Amino acid sequence: MKVLFSGAIDCDLHLPLPGMATLMPYVDAFWREQFVTRRIDRMDFALTSFPAQTPLGMREDWRDVRASETPLDKLRREALTPFGTRIAIASILHGAVALYNDDMAAVLCSAVNDHMARDWLDHEPRLRGSILVVAQSAEHAVREIERVAADKRFVQVLMLVMGDTLPGKRQLWPIYRACEKHGLSLALHAGSAYRHAPTGSGWPSYYVEDYVAQSTAFENAIVSFLAEGVFNACPNLKLVCLESGFTWLPTLLWRLNKEWRGVRQEAPWLDRMPAEVLRERVRLSLQPVDAPPDGAMLKRVLAHIDCDDMLLFSSDYPHAQFKGLEILPDGLPDNLIRKIMIENPIASYPRLQAEFAAAQETGHERATS
Amino acid sequence: MSKTRHIAARVDEIPPGSRKKVAIAGRDIALFNIAGDFFALGDKCPHESGSLCAGRIIGLAEADEPGKYRLSRDGEFVKCSWHGWEFDIRTGQSWCDPANTRVRAYEASIEPGAALIKGPYVAETYAVRVEENYVVIDL
Repeated sequence: MKVLFSGAIDCDLHLPLPGMATLMPYVDAFWREQFVTRRIDRMDFALTSFPAQTPLGMREDWRDVRASETPLDKLRREALTPFGTRIAIASILHGAVALYNDDMAAVLCSAVNDHMARDWLDHEPRLRGSILVVAQSAEHAVREIERVAADKRFVQVLMLVMGDTLPGKRQLWPIYRACEKHGLSLALHAGSAYRHAPTGSGWPSYYVEDYVAQSTAFENAIVSFLAEGVFNACPNLKLVCLESGFTWLPTLLWRLNKEWRGVRQEAPWLDRMPAEVLRERVRLSLQPVDAPPDGAMLKRVLAHIDCDDMLLFSSDYPHAQFKGLEILPDGLPDNLIRKIMIENPIASYPRLQAEFAAAQETGHERATS
Repeated sequence: MSKTRHIAARVDEIPPGSRKKVAIAGRDIALFNIAGDFFALGDKCPHESGSLCAGRIIGLAEADEPGKYRLSRDGEFVKCSWHGWEFDIRTGQSWCDPANTRVRAYEASIEPGAALIKGPYVAETYAVRVEENYVVIDL
């Protein structure tokens, strides 16, 4: 289905991976010298799951580069204008997050965030940013959040769903507390720093195995957040799952409720039905949808999820998830489309909420003066 | 409908902290003694009918925040012997899902044999003696 109205909030849009030449102006003299001496300036820092030529990595008709067009013009033409997008939350999935050297990883994440602010957000008012952080070092991550948070155009902190450890572990809580303090949501994006095999039984051989394993990683991450008590420790934090799919959600909700009742005592801070907590606190992006064969089946999945607040509109640009302008899967009930596209994103990002409240206030003042 | 008084057990059969399964008017009932007070629950978990009488008697685990564990009301909860669902022995209420899950609770009291001997009561298995105390269930 096409989008029939304007004003959508696209919660997962990818900007091109900046090369080291682009990032060099954003690092200091010491690191510039290091990157050159150690030949690191020749690396592309693409994450292993998505090398540039992987088939799903970019839609065929979006591979075309016009000489007359800047990257921002291309983004406007392909990803913003066609879907009537009012706001798009952009991310840059840079391989720096997989480095073992925390200091180097942090320097590169900072450079990526500055590049996003200066080279993208400064030039396109519809774009919002994600603060990329080194998840393995809460110290570096918090420092980066504190450094960037004053820029209100950044609305979320971005980590990979598979890092050094399950993401609910307490050593990472300073990151989540910093998110909450600054009204930032926490986004986990599909992908792995490959500290561990992406399956529970070891290393797969093929991309297909890696891609399919992502949804299990999201299930693990969500359950980890819940069981470790992140949602208790950070009562206002929203967990946003990007490129997670969502058709697996009903069985997770059912299974969690069922298993929890027998072992509730081991984590007694979880004091109500887990599914209830997840429906309040976890959000998932629409694209890529694990497309059921027809709309009626998708409707059934949505009925099983039994909550209209959880899905967030996303294009997953430039990944190849849909054809032409058919960005919405068949089967979304009419009353849900508006919620998914506008209301749910606003409710899931405190900074967007504040922005819209302020805009409404101004509009109201204008109307009454 | 008026209730009938059933003599379920002799008090000395169920010391504090223990439990006993009894059959009354065709129903299996789990009798618990919490520090001298007696409570009677239908011996059938509402989940899949596991025996509560066969379950572990525990306290109430709570936490004000993650990592801050606290156990209260020790000995006042029972965990179903099959899947571990927890029930408040005093009320039959499920801890996890109080709104939708509850075990049938019956009124249990202690009566001296001298009072019971006058009747009316039903004693399926007991010859009531004046000098003993009995657990009496109304149902």
